[in-house]
Amino acid sequence: MLTRTDIATPAPSLSTAKPVVQLDGVTKRFGDAIALHEAWLKIAPGECMTLLGPSGCGKTTLLNLIAGFLDADGGEIFIDGALVTETPAHKREIGIVFQNYALFPHMTVANNIAYGLKTRGVEAGEIKRRVDEALALVKLNGFGDRKPRQLSGGQQQRVALARALVIRPKVLLLDEPFSALDKNLRASMQIELKEIQQRLGVTTVFVTHDQGEALSMSDRIAVMSAGRIRQIAAPQDIYCRPQDRFVASFIGDASVLSGKLLAVTDAVAQVAVGSLSVEVPAASLAGLAAGADVDLFVRPEHLVPVDGDGDATAPSLAGTVRTQVFQGGHVDLYIDLGDHAAQPVLLRSSAALAPSKWKAGDVVRVRPISADLVAFPKQDD
Amino acid sequence: MSFPMRKSPLALAGILLVAVILGFVMLPAIVVTITAFNDKAILAFPPQSYSWRWFARALSYDDFRKGFWNGLIVTAWASTIALIVGSGFALALHRYTFSLKSTLEALLLSPLVIPHFTIGLGLLILSAQLTVGRGFPLVVLAHVILVLPFVLRSVFISLQNLDGRLELAASSLGATPRRVLFTVTLPLLVPGLVSGWLFAAILSFNEFTATLFVSNQTTQTLPVAMYNYVREYADPTLAALSVIYIVVTALLLTLANLFFGLGKILNVDAH
Repeated sequence: MLTRTDIATPAPSLSTAKPVVQLDGVTKRFGDAIALHEAWLKIAPGECMTLLGPSGCGKTTLLNLIAGFLDADGGEIFIDGALVTETPAHKREIGIVFQNYALFPHMTVANNIAYGLKTRGVEAGEIKRRVDEALALVKLNGFGDRKPRQLSGGQQQRVALARALVIRPKVLLLDEPFSALDKNLRASMQIELKEIQQRLGVTTVFVTHDQGEALSMSDRIAVMSAGRIRQIAAPQDIYCRPQDRFVASFIGDASVLSGKLLAVTDAVAQVAVGSLSVEVPAASLAGLAAGADVDLFVRPEHLVPVDGDGDATAPSLAGTVRTQVFQGGHVDLYIDLGDHAAQPVLLRSSAALAPSKWKAGDVVRVRPISADLVAFPKQDD
Repeated sequence: MSFPMRKSPLALAGILLVAVILGFVMLPAIVVTITAFNDKAILAFPPQSYSWRWFARALSYDDFRKGFWNGLIVTAWASTIALIVGSGFALALHRYTFSLKSTLEALLLSPLVIPHFTIGLGLLILSAQLTVGRGFPLVVLAHVILVLPFVLRSVFISLQNLDGRLELAASSLGATPRRVLFTVTLPLLVPGLVSGWLFAAILSFNEFTATLFVSNQTTQTLPVAMYNYVREYADPTLAALSVIYIVVTALLLTLANLFFGLGKILNVDAH
């Protein structure tokens, strides 16, 4: 049977393995509102799949459906090959870490971690051994007797992770686990979680609205908006080859240039912006005829300045520097391209180039250099 | 920056006003306490001579002793029944949506707006019609009706403050709904349950109006016995009893604070 996921999943190694989590057209309504519209998804063993999207896009609903906290209104959910659509949460063998960690405040750290083992009737000696093992895994040896409120946010999160992992869940669900942590701690916890996830090889579903987190943590990302999965692909594919306008503008920074479609072949389309002509994938422009208005999406690092004395003959666009922002490692230039772009475009340049090279008001010529450009039909907004 | 040492007349007037208000709050208790030590068998203030004898009489007077034990029995039963019934309703109202939910809530909270004598009178007429005697069950029933709204609200608020994700986390860890209830929900509701029970007990033990209607000579509680006493005698025994009341209550609250933390029991502390 061919599903949408097969089409949307380019990595063959992942789609051939028997999926640990499989969603077949799962739909969820709240009253008249459709929170999730026919979600198709397959998650391979050991894979870290991120559900990424703005708040209200349905990513948490999808997570709750996998966990069994919500009942689906349509479609089927499989975990480890078994149909679980109607199975209550306590029989699904999943581990979950909530945004606020949801540690049991009336229990010690050790009893929090032991909770899932006690419900499974594991005998006391074995519980102690596995709790100690789990505490060691999250580097909290010796913290077993403390109460959750005596721990810092980062430590609480480790306990929540240990509690979820100690039951050896079939799937680990992470619901915005980093959003309550401060920035520095967040980065180190991300690396640590990634290491633990890979070491244990546990299949993970990670929900976030933070694209940086999604790009760094995941094997694949499912980008969602308005209750629909827009694209499922590896982070670099999501970034370089977004399938639709929403994905292109939600992930990473992108500037929009106004272009015209010159010609379309099977795979490649020619788009002109002023005197420039670039090639983009034709798939996203399906149905448009030559001469149609299109929007060309350019990443900031894919736009380069053309030096007046250097490659002056290459086609380029003239613009005026509006603002220059020094960012430490790089410099962001906002350049007004006149008729070629409704908003100033963003050019990201290494800070090694003298920051004083451009000033507001300077005339500068730019051109896109990457092969990873995408264009979508023009949208009036 | 420091505050000026000299207070303005307005600030002094404010301090004085607060002192006067606090004085008024305490005044009845002070007057009654002093009266209790009056040696004479009259309710006069201030007393001419002092004695402990009314305390001895208050503690040995038969109706008071009986009323006290009756009150304890009624209070224990009524607040416990109200706690169980109220928690059940609070859980149902919190967790499920059903038709007539708001009607049910309004019905359960209605004793808050119905005068106590109406409830007493209604039960009295009903018991006469059904030829049910004015025994303990009737008094307990009246008290359950009266304190139920307080228990319900107390437990309901605790439920609303309870993070639902704790229950979800427990069920994801393999706990059946029953196990979640007994290992997570109920233990975390304990402060709410205790404060609900305590409120109910205080209200029930002090309840007078409705009890007057539904009790008889053998089931009368302490407040009713006190009312009957004051209709016959006008000596400082009641004042002495009031002082005992105040001291015992203060003692209990101090002990409760010592062992549980009063803020927790009264549900004013977050954790």
